[in-house]
Amino acid sequence: MQFGIFSVGDVTTDPTTGRTASEAERIDLMTKVALKAEEVGLDVFATGEHHNPPFVVSSPTTHLGYIAAKTEKLLLSTSTTLITTNDPVKIAEDYAFLQHLSGGRVDLMMGRGNTGPVYPWFGKDIRDGIKLAVENYHLLRKLWREPVVNWQGQFRTPLQGYTSTPAPLDGTPPFVWHGSIRSTEIAEQAAYYGDGFFHNHIFWNKEHTEQMVRLYRRRFEFYGHGAADQAVVGLGGQVFMASSEAEAKRVYRPYFDNAPVYGHGPSLEDYTKMTPLTVGTPEQVIERTLGFADYVGDYQRQLFLADHAGLPESLVLEQVEMLGTEVVPVLRAEFERRRPAHVPSDPPTHASLVAAGADAPHHLVEPARAHVEKLQAEQAAEATA
Amino acid sequence: MSRRVVVVTAGLTVPSSTRLLADQLAEAASAQVTARGEALQVQFVELREVAGELAQFMVTGGIPTPRLTELREQVAAADGLIAVTPVFNSSYSGLFKMFFDALDKDSLTGTPVLVAATAGTARHSLVLDHAMRPLFAYLRAVVVPTGVFAATEDFGSHGLSERIARAASELAALVVGRDGYGVGGFGPDLAARPRRTSGAQVEAEVTPFGDLLRGHSGSD
Repeated sequence: MQFGIFSVGDVTTDPTTGRTASEAERIDLMTKVALKAEEVGLDVFATGEHHNPPFVVSSPTTHLGYIAAKTEKLLLSTSTTLITTNDPVKIAEDYAFLQHLSGGRVDLMMGRGNTGPVYPWFGKDIRDGIKLAVENYHLLRKLWREPVVNWQGQFRTPLQGYTSTPAPLDGTPPFVWHGSIRSTEIAEQAAYYGDGFFHNHIFWNKEHTEQMVRLYRRRFEFYGHGAADQAVVGLGGQVFMASSEAEAKRVYRPYFDNAPVYGHGPSLEDYTKMTPLTVGTPEQVIERTLGFADYVGDYQRQLFLADHAGLPESLVLEQVEMLGTEVVPVLRAEFERRRPAHVPSDPPTHASLVAAGADAPHHLVEPARAHVEKLQAEQAAEATA
Repeated sequence: MSRRVVVVTAGLTVPSSTRLLADQLAEAASAQVTARGEALQVQFVELREVAGELAQFMVTGGIPTPRLTELREQVAAADGLIAVTPVFNSSYSGLFKMFFDALDKDSLTGTPVLVAATAGTARHSLVLDHAMRPLFAYLRAVVVPTGVFAATEDFGSHGLSERIARAASELAALVVGRDGYGVGGFGPDLAARPRRTSGAQVEAEVTPFGDLLRGHSGSD
């Protein structure tokens, strides 16, 4: 199972000091978080993508390329890549390039973004959000899988005789996740292609996350990629730890109370009940996190939010350190203990996808197509019988 | 057959004249439905009791509490709705609006609604037609022709009970007649039936991806 950090890259004033980090400091902290993650044995660092203040994360592959050069093993990912407003041609080029730079240590997570005006700023209409996600992602798959692409869709200039360069490393496109909090269409999309489904999890009640993941798993099986419990699932989590629960709450409370997303709303205690937020000891974080598998099933990737809400560098790096040294080693052992043999432990990686060979379903633009056509033929035969 | 009407009342004090009016409307609706040979089950939603939860729902981007989930599901499954608000600064109260903002926009589609309001003076009576009707029109509910407005002085004069009875009768007719999508001998057009959802659960039915991809695969 993979564990790591995901960052939204917000610049938020530290409510305890009134100090606001500069953009340079914020970018530097994200880099330090990634390096610390590798140092303490975490597997993944994922960066958000936003194109508006108070965020600094407008250029993920620039940042991930820099981190790639400074790390050896860390898997570089996104949370999320805006498949709606980015040109899929540029995503294909940028992330294939990053694959080459990093030796294949790349996967990415598609998302639609959370800021309405970003759509018109990039020449798109937010009402087309789902259609953009569907069309652009399908084109992205073709660009990574077909040497020459001829293509005409609804949203971008047609392509005639286009070849995306560089081609994916070892002819093997990166693994892709799809992230969505509420849209069932995106869970369906992930299931159709046999891609991973990531639920942010931290801004919503667990019953909702459970239902979204269940839907994805059911449709993954429907499309013939494997059994429902073999589908590739990732979750977010949000923690703050200290040696005692009281101390963790004392330090974290001002950051929680003033946080951009939920500040000035529910109490820390209420929010802890409503969502997976855990503020307490490493043992409490371990117990709560293990409980996630009770409602989403055995899963493959757990990302934690650590650097947000104006938390200063020292606290952020301390949290990453505690996750790597005290929490994740126990989680690894315990999650494996409960996992049935037929459920994969890790999501597909570059190494596993290369090992699966060029004939593996991963190399098809629509791996489920033959299966769907067979189902349709069976239905038609039944109807005529 | 038993029908179910939800009464949403936004009074803030205990006792409240808004609740008093809501009680009378509920009682009249029960009498009118019973007179049509069916039973009526009435569920009251006192918004004052969930004011804090509604505020949390708003500032967390919609994380529901168990109680709000229950209320949203009750509303989306109701055969009819009675909505009663006090008038604050010439409109429905903020608490009243917050509850309807917390509903899925398809919660009330095609649902019979009786609108009612209370205020200190009759000069606010147009709140029914200028604030409440547009809100329920947006939600594609069916608002009965008679709205009931009660100024403080109306509780000491005749006329209010007749308006209550007339509005309740209009509501009862729609609540009892809700099954009829077909005309005698013809099957109902199920596709045209209004679709309602509480938005509280992830919908189990999804659009198959082939339909989502149609026209977007770059080659068809």
